[in-house]
Parts: sequence; C-alpha cells; structure tokens
Amino acid sequence: MQTRYLLGNEAIAHGCLESSFDVACGYPGTPSSEVIDVLRVQRERTYYVEWSVNEKVALECALAAAWCGVRALCTMKHVGLNVAADPLMTSAYTGVTGGLVILSADDPYAHSSQNEQDSRCYAHFARIPCLDPSSVQEAHDMVKDAFGLSEEFKLPVLFRPTTRICHSKGDVILGDISTTIRKGEFVRDPRQYVVIPAHTRVLHKKLNEKQPAIKKRLIELGYNTCMVRGEKAVIASGIAAAYVQEILPANVSFMKIGAYPIDEEWLKEFVRMHREVLVVEELAPVVEEVVRQVAGSVTVYGKTDGHSPYEGELSAAATARIFNSCGFETAVKFPEQSPAAEVPPRPPILCAGCMHRPVFYAMKKVFRDGIFPSDIGCYTLGLQLGAVDTTICMGASVTVASGIMHSGEERDIVATIGDSTFLHTGIQGLLNAVYNGAKLTLVILDNRITAMTGHQPNPTTGLTAVGVPTPPVSLEAICRACGVSLVETVDPYDLVGLTAAFRDVKERPGVKVIIARQTCVITARRAGLKRGHYQVDQDACTSCGLCIKFGCPAIERVGEKAHINDLCSGCGVCTHICPAAAIHREAGR
Amino acid sequence: MKTGYDILIVGIGGQGTILASNILGEACLIEGRPVKGAETHGMAQRGGSVESHIRIDGRFGPLIAPGTADLIISFDLLEALRYAHYLKAGGEIFTNCAMVIPTSVYTQGVQLPEEAEIRKRLDHQNTCYIEADRLAQEAGSILSRNVVMMGAASGSIPLGNESLRAAVAKLVPPKTVDVNLKAYDIGRDAGRECGKSHRSA
Repeated sequence: MQTRYLLGNEAIAHGCLESSFDVACGYPGTPSSEVIDVLRVQRERTYYVEWSVNEKVALECALAAAWCGVRALCTMKHVGLNVAADPLMTSAYTGVTGGLVILSADDPYAHSSQNEQDSRCYAHFARIPCLDPSSVQEAHDMVKDAFGLSEEFKLPVLFRPTTRICHSKGDVILGDISTTIRKGEFVRDPRQYVVIPAHTRVLHKKLNEKQPAIKKRLIELGYNTCMVRGEKAVIASGIAAAYVQEILPANVSFMKIGAYPIDEEWLKEFVRMHREVLVVEELAPVVEEVVRQVAGSVTVYGKTDGHSPYEGELSAAATARIFNSCGFETAVKFPEQSPAAEVPPRPPILCAGCMHRPVFYAMKKVFRDGIFPSDIGCYTLGLQLGAVDTTICMGASVTVASGIMHSGEERDIVATIGDSTFLHTGIQGLLNAVYNGAKLTLVILDNRITAMTGHQPNPTTGLTAVGVPTPPVSLEAICRACGVSLVETVDPYDLVGLTAAFRDVKERPGVKVIIARQTCVITARRAGLKRGHYQVDQDACTSCGLCIKFGCPAIERVGEKAHINDLCSGCGVCTHICPAAAIHREAGR
Repeated sequence: MKTGYDILIVGIGGQGTILASNILGEACLIEGRPVKGAETHGMAQRGGSVESHIRIDGRFGPLIAPGTADLIISFDLLEALRYAHYLKAGGEIFTNCAMVIPTSVYTQGVQLPEEAEIRKRLDHQNTCYIEADRLAQEAGSILSRNVVMMGAASGSIPLGNESLRAAVAKLVPPKTVDVNLKAYDIGRDAGRECGKSHRSA
C-alpha cells in the first residue's frame, strides 16, 4: 500500500492494474484519454491494450474478450458512447462472463466537447449498473469493485467519471498491482451470443429479472449512503456530493448516490423522513426523477422546478447558490466576485508551425465563396481563421458536405477532417459521397497522430498503442477504394503547391480528395526535428500586416513592424505570405 | 468555516502549470497532508489560458471559489488580471511581470490594456511582480520560469522549504534538477525581497 498524488485518470488506471484486468480497448477523447495512456506505457504488462479506431470497435472487442471469461476495460468520452451505443444496448442482453467495465467520461460545462450529455441515461436505457465517483480516491476504489460487480451480475458495468474527477488530483491510497494472468476461452452458446429474435426475447426477460438484486447489492457495497440529521435533506450524486459536503450544515440530512439503479424502497424511506428534500446533481435530473417518484407529499427541489441548472458544471459556490434558492442554509458563505472587465480572451490556438494553418489559408484563398464543413480535432480551431463552418460529431465533415450539396446549394464545398477522425467514422461518409454522386472536395489533414487528445498513435502512425511497429495504413488507397478518382497528396508547408492543388480540384467534377501530410509540429519537436528559425528583415518589412493576419503565434507586431519570436518552429510558410519577401531563414540556426 | 489553504496557479498552456501544481501535491505528500487539485487538460492546453487549483489540507471538491483563494501564482501578467477575482480579501498574488500578447489582439483587433494599467488594477491586492523570465535565464533555462515562480511564492505557502525543494528535485527531468533547484532558490530570494518591500509599504 502506498499514497501518491495522482490525476483521477491515473488513479483509475491504477485501480484497473490492481484488478488484474486482461484486455483494454478505447478511443481517445478528453477527459478519458489518460486511462489507456497510463496502461499502455507500463513496463511489465500482463494484459493486452489497444487504441481502437473508434468506440464501437473498442466496445465490441472488449465485450468479446469478456465473453471469453477474462476481465475487459473499454474507455471513451461521453459522445463516444453514442458511437458504441449499438453494441452497448445488446451487450446487456448477452451479458458477460468475465468482468466488463465501460468507462464513459462525461464533460459537464463541455470543457472539451460538443455537448453535455449524461452517460447515466445510457446505463438506465441499457439497464446496466452505473458507478458515479465523487472523488479521485473513490474513482480508484470503485473501478476495482466494478469488475467484481460485472462478474456477479454477468452484466457490463458503466463507470462514469466526470471531468472534475478525471482531471482532478488528490492523495490516493493505492493497493498492489496484480499480476494474475488469465487465458480466455470461448464457450459456444448460441442462445447467449446469437441474438436472433427467439433468443433475444428470452435474454431481455433475464435482464429485467436481474434488476431488483442489483439495487440491493449497490446499497450493500456502500456507494449509496445516508445520514438523517434534521427535517431537511440534501441528496447529491457524483462529484456534486463533494461540493455539498463542503457547505452542508450539521442539522441537514444527507444522502450520497454513487451507484445506479437506486433502490426505490430504500430511497423512499429516507425521503419520507423529511419535510423538504433538495437534489443536487450535474447534467440530467437522473436522481431527481426517482426522488420525485417516491416523494409523496414531501417537497422536492431540483432542476425541474428551476432551482438547479440542467447545464454546466457545479462547484461548491454554485451549490451554495442552489441551497439559497430553495431556502437551505449553508455552513460556508462565498463572496460574490466577478472577473475583471476588458481582459482580452486567450482561447487555445493552432501551434506555431501547425500544418493545419496553411491548409486553411490556401483553402480560403482559392475558395473565397466556399462552404467549409469540418470535423473534431485540433483543426476545429480553424474556426478562428474563418475556415470552419460546421462541426457536429466525429466523421460529419464529409457527410455534411454531401447533404449541403444535395440540398441544391451551388457554391463550392470543401470539407476538412483529420487522419484519426477519417479512420474513426469518416470513411463511410466518403464512400457514401462517391456512391451517390456528390460534388465536393475533402481535405484530409494528415499529421500521422491523434494530436488533440495527447498524441495517441493511430493506424497512420506506424506504431500500436504499446509502440510495436505496424504497417501505416495508406489513406490514398482507402480513398481510391472508395471510388475517388482524384486523390492528391501535398505538403502543406509548400504553400505554392498547396494552392495549385486547390485550384486544380476546384474545376473538376465529383468527389476529390486532397491529403495534406506533414508531421504534427509537437511530435516533430519531441522527435528532435529542428527546422531552424525565421526572421523579419526590418528594413524590407512594409508593415502591411498580412503575416500577422495569418494568425501564427510566432509572428507578433513590435511597433509597426512584424517580428518573429522564439515560438517559430521553422515551417517557413510565412515566407510565401510576405509580399515584400522580407522573411528569411535566420543564419546559423 | 474554511480550513485548508487554497492556491490558484494560472498561465498559458505550455508554461508548466501542471508541473507546478504537481510540486505542491508532492510536497503535501512528503508532509503527510491531504491535498486536492483540478487542472486544465485537452484542447485548452494549446496556448490557451489555463488554471490549476490546489487545495492544501483539502477534504472536499477540487475547485476553489472566486473570492476565496489564499494565493494566486501567475506565470503571465495578463493572466494574473484575468483570475484576480479568485483572491480572497487579504490574499496574495505572485505574478511574472512578463506578458505574452494573446493572438486575438492581432487577428481580431481586441484592445489590450497597457502594462501600467494592468499593474494599477492589480496593485490594490498584495501583488508581487517577479521578473521570472530573466531569473529563469539566470538559473540556466527559460523553461524553469515556472519553478522560479514557485520559489518566489514559497515563503507564503504553508509547506516547508525543504519539502518543496525535494518535490522539485523529484519531479523535474533528471538532467535539469540543478537548474531547477537554482531557479527555485533564486525565485525564493526574489519573493522574499518583494515581500519585505510590501510589508514596509
């Protein structure tokens, strides 16, 4: 046993190592990525770990491993669970033999996401148990129990941390890493694993029959607890429980929900002991709806009556405002403070030397009147450059481009998608576009890595998750196999060649693909690649500001003139932008 | 009522706020004290404004409420202003004097307050301005700027100097231990000087 200061995701990964799991699959997505990132770099591994190409693939792989009797983990962010929803819903019917834990990390306030959906609703929908930790320590402890719970009920267990668990830190008491090695064995049982109607009707009934025992067991495990202290009560779930405990007065009862489904009888008994009950939870009113079902004449406060928000994340201060709104006292008072006015925003930006920037620059230059559907990745930051018109979900650049074109819109449509996103769910959209006669250009921004989530390898990288060399997939061959007749690969640092490629495809019919390929500037730096450094000839600079508008963080204005700072990575693209030819490679660097 | 000691570390993605918060967490472990923290990961790290919350003796959630931080450590002058409302009455700010101009100022023509004005707006708090970039160069690497700032604020942090130094030595890359310990010590001296002038003022 040892105590360490760990990130929530590191603590969760350690909990898995202590649980002697055997297979881990996942697709990167903030805030879930570090779990597999920790597992894949362990020196001695008694398990198999992969970055899968998408969440559906990951879950099916993990599920099958669990059918073979070994313990499996599958990780993703909340929206990844939408992609994996198809196997999820039926995996509850087939059940598992070995423990299967599905980690779906929610992101209240959408710090790094396209929506604020609540994974607990999926657990309810699929009728599988869900664990919802309130602290880093509890996340560590719960994930260990999750495997056992899964094996006990022969069901997948959904483990749902939120951003403030995954990316929180704390002193965590850890157990010893287990080194048990299991070998999976598939036992043929068509009535379990072949879900034809005759089988699935029986399996559905079995799933429903498991529910009462699950509810009882979750109370025994101690993740749903309560203490009665007064006429008023607060019920809180997940990290909201920690916020409530920070401000809760001594004479108010408290119930903490960390596991679902909630036992209604147990809940009813607690609720009916009180005059007023406040429910505090982030995102959907999952707990609140059950509380309202059992409340009878007890007054219930929460989201549905406007005291607590449906959207955003909570905090101790936000929880105190909810308390005040329904007349509950707090043990701690928070001052009202607002941020300083007129501080220029500092949003994230594409790195100096990022390959995406020249692509957007050339695209905008050639397609002045174009429409630019885009996708999920670092390049979504092209929004700031006016080069991203739509983003909805993974793979939706090329499909949205098709839809806009088939609507009758006559302007040119140029979609952008990253390498990892293309391989995740972009291929189907491209196939569909060609098959159905769309007219559009797709640009694959191929930097050979899944950059935004922390540089995870993917099939273009040439390495597996654990660093084993593997043949890099040919994006060109995939596009041609989809039926694309014009596939052109360009170096985005060659602004002249890039612009010529865009001009060429502009005049052609059908679906065209440009693959812009250059190593991610962060990966290149880590690999020790040095391209030198550029500088502005102050005498030649005409202060026109074109290079400044390019938006590279290495180019600043000092006085009237442009200046290149130390962030310069040496891509040299700005030399092609300067009309006065005032930017040169610095000698000796 | 509030127990614990709450520190907000702010800066720009890539400046090493995460390492800085790890130093505090590790020092708490050394002293056997509970600690909670929260930090920015993901896309915001790409040159955006980032924050790390560290709650020494923290027992509940990881987030510090506005108006309650005991200490703010900022790696950039503008970021100090952005997060100054987190400070409690009577709290302290240690900020780098240097400022990276946000790209929005160039690309969208957003108005940037003058340095003197930023200082004026921070001066009503107990604010120490540290020349962290210069001191880091002096220690041997601009990359040690974050450790300079930790050293500068160390006199106000309720953790032992030796615990903090041990945490620095444990967490920085092995080849950079000497540079970083020097950065920490130089920072600590600068912070002490600044604190003196405060108390006399």
